[in-house]
Amino acid sequence: MAEFDQELDATGLNCPLPILRAKKTLAGMESGQVLRIVATDPGSVKDFDAFARQTGNELMESGEEEGKYTFMLRKA
Amino acid sequence: MEEKKLAIIATKGTLDWAYPPFILASTAAALGYETQVFFTFYGLQLLRKDLSGVKVSPLGNPAMPMKMPYGPKWFRDVNWNMPNALMSIVPGFESMATGMMKKTMRDKGVASVEELRDLCQEAEVKMIACQMTVDVFGFSPDDFIDGIEYGGAATFFEFAGKSDVNLFV
Repeated sequence: MAEFDQELDATGLNCPLPILRAKKTLAGMESGQVLRIVATDPGSVKDFDAFARQTGNELMESGEEEGKYTFMLRKA
Repeated sequence: MEEKKLAIIATKGTLDWAYPPFILASTAAALGYETQVFFTFYGLQLLRKDLSGVKVSPLGNPAMPMKMPYGPKWFRDVNWNMPNALMSIVPGFESMATGMMKKTMRDKGVASVEELRDLCQEAEVKMIACQMTVDVFGFSPDDFIDGIEYGGAATFFEFAGKSDVNLFV
């Protein structure tokens, strides 16, 4: 698994909370640091893609395993 | 990149219609939009300190599914086909429907309206109460949460005219 600086547990949360929590967590991080997010909301897959494109934070990778979705975001 | 702008007019004061303006405003703020919500007519209910009066009514709401947030899965999946015009005259039915909706939202991991509103304020979404309807409905500023502004249609257009997205909810 790739390295990350912080992790956000967004399991059990539904739209728009995973995005809002991610935004808040990123605000406390430094440019270039990586945030790993774990979510269970299937809608979060498209949403983190859209979030990354609109905010300039890079979605380095995303994956799914046993109903859990993981995202690696590098802060712009 | 120049900051995008979103303007929303919130006109509904029921629980089901309380979610869209706050969900959209908080998400837009997270995406970097400068966001304003103009609350008018029944939408003013969403700015009250006490949101306990914000309810959902099955009356005249035929598309509203009636699913129990309790019991085993097969039971939860049943869509109770109750004639809503009839059920709505049963005392307490509105409170029951409101309680069921709140529980379903909570069970599905959706934030409460209060929480979404707090998140909007935290994200510096500007909330404006329509001064005219505040007067018409006899509200006092004490009824509303702190940190909001008051203005009229011209105030709304000053921002809406520069916005990339304008929504009427």
